[in-house]
Amino acid sequence: MKQLNRRTKILILTAMTAAILGGLYAAGILIPEEAAAGNFLNARQPPSLKHPFGTDSLGRDLLARTLKGMAVSLTVGFGASMISGMIAVFVGIVAATGSKTVDAAVNWLIDLVMGVPHTVLVILISFSVGRGLKGLLIGIAATHWCSLARLIRGEVLQLSSQQYVAVSRRLGKSSRWILIHHFLPHLAPQFFVGLILMFPHAILHEAAVSFLGFGLPPEQPAIGIILSESMGYISTGMWWPAVLPGVSLVLIVLLIDKLGDYLRMITDPSSAQE
Amino acid sequence: MKGSFKRLTRIFLTYGAKIVSILLAVSIISFILVSASPVDPVQQYILGLGTAVSPEQRLEIEAYWGVNEPPVERYLSWLWEVLHGNLGVSSLYRRPVADIISERFFNSLALMVWAWGLAGSMGFLIGCIMGMYRSRWPDKILKKICYIFSSVPAFWLGLVLLLIFSVWLKWLPIGFSSPIGMLHEEVTVWQRLYHLILPAFTLSLMSFANIALHTRQKLIDVLNSEYVLFARARGEGRWTILRRHGLRNILLPAMTLQFASFSELFGGSVMAENVFSYPGLGSAVSAAGLNSDVPLLLGLTLFSTLFVCTGNLIANLLYGIIDPRIKEAGQ
Repeated sequence: MKQLNRRTKILILTAMTAAILGGLYAAGILIPEEAAAGNFLNARQPPSLKHPFGTDSLGRDLLARTLKGMAVSLTVGFGASMISGMIAVFVGIVAATGSKTVDAAVNWLIDLVMGVPHTVLVILISFSVGRGLKGLLIGIAATHWCSLARLIRGEVLQLSSQQYVAVSRRLGKSSRWILIHHFLPHLAPQFFVGLILMFPHAILHEAAVSFLGFGLPPEQPAIGIILSESMGYISTGMWWPAVLPGVSLVLIVLLIDKLGDYLRMITDPSSAQE
Repeated sequence: MKGSFKRLTRIFLTYGAKIVSILLAVSIISFILVSASPVDPVQQYILGLGTAVSPEQRLEIEAYWGVNEPPVERYLSWLWEVLHGNLGVSSLYRRPVADIISERFFNSLALMVWAWGLAGSMGFLIGCIMGMYRSRWPDKILKKICYIFSSVPAFWLGLVLLLIFSVWLKWLPIGFSSPIGMLHEEVTVWQRLYHLILPAFTLSLMSFANIALHTRQKLIDVLNSEYVLFARARGEGRWTILRRHGLRNILLPAMTLQFASFSELFGGSVMAENVFSYPGLGSAVSAAGLNSDVPLLLGLTLFSTLFVCTGNLIANLLYGIIDPRIKEAGQ
């Protein structure tokens, strides 16, 4: 390891983190439904070699359910943060390049979304479109774009005052040309890092909303649902359905956080020293 | 002094106008959202009655509720009633929504005040320690802890604390705001506090990391400044510098951040109250959503928005006190 410089090391670490996340996702997708099927004969088994996470009250293997739930979480988190990121880029660019009124309107819109507690807004949206995956995606996407939009607005404002943009303008390039050739390439790293940083938030929100009962239907394996089911048995001393899936959720969130840090170090080495 | 008073009044007025516009927009948006819901409110109401309803009676209910009127008219009549303090009757609890909110708000307020104060003071203290020992082992350990806590979902933390302190150690109650089977009047203050410990602790654990990391950064900025260098050259000790130069500069920004975090506080209390079956606004929000109680859901949405906006208003006013230059940006 000594010979490698820091950049190479970080690249290797990034690849490893991404591989672990990809592996978990693949495991969740590839595990057959039968592995998570119920079997009353071995209900409420504490963790053992055969069932590392134990089984729940219906005899379903909790490790299989957790992995499957994790894949769902990753899908929802990725989809929602992708949509949210697109909204953020669009809104940020519009605010920075539009007139003063547009800017004020966008600021007001951000204040509006920040003014309603996110959990309440997600519940409201989920109620509106009927519970399930769609409500979850729309709700999380609608609440997470604000801070990235502000960041992108600032970035575009700064870019617009750069000399090369002014030169482009003088050379008669259209706004669209400048957007595509100057702004978007410059925003790409910001966008991807922002996306990865949004990702864990989206996953935590997904788990929280599913926990409250607004997300996925109860037969679907999702971390939030496993945890909410575990509430009913917690007073009898059944600790494994509450603790182990939760720990895996925290670990996966920390992993994604780390991945975001690494990516930021690669794209923007100067700010990563802190 | 007079100038700053004038400035604060101006911030108050401009932000107050903004709050009114935001509340109006929230009322419109939430009204549209619940109108678009596939859940039929009349059906839900009839289900709640628990008796069979003939088709004629159903039509009567629909006419009384104005279900078939155009949406704009329905919205305006609802808004008119809301402005007169009538939020409607909850179909879940069969009581006026305003009564439910005011009653539960005090339960939630007790929870949130404790959690907010605890998170703020704990976060500030930890932030100061991290800033003072920057890049040494106390800073490194505490920073790791802060990062981990900001990745832990609040409701799971609540579950784990419940498991440790209520199920295994049996020190604290499983939930609710008072002992089960006791009349409301007989519950003493101590019993209430006793039932408040776990939810409040959970709620504060989920929000202290943010304030701690912020305080750490601010303190490091202050300690890197030239006036601190000069103070050190004069021979002031570390803790004297913290007291004289550090605290004064970082306390108000920390408080501002704390007031601006009402949204997360409310969101967290929804989770904590559900885990601990605590009868506050948060458990009412999810109950209203799950049972399709439209009046209660709308009322709670408006109320929580007002709550968050009040926090933001206070944060803005504090900002105005700290930094006079903000006055232009605040508009």
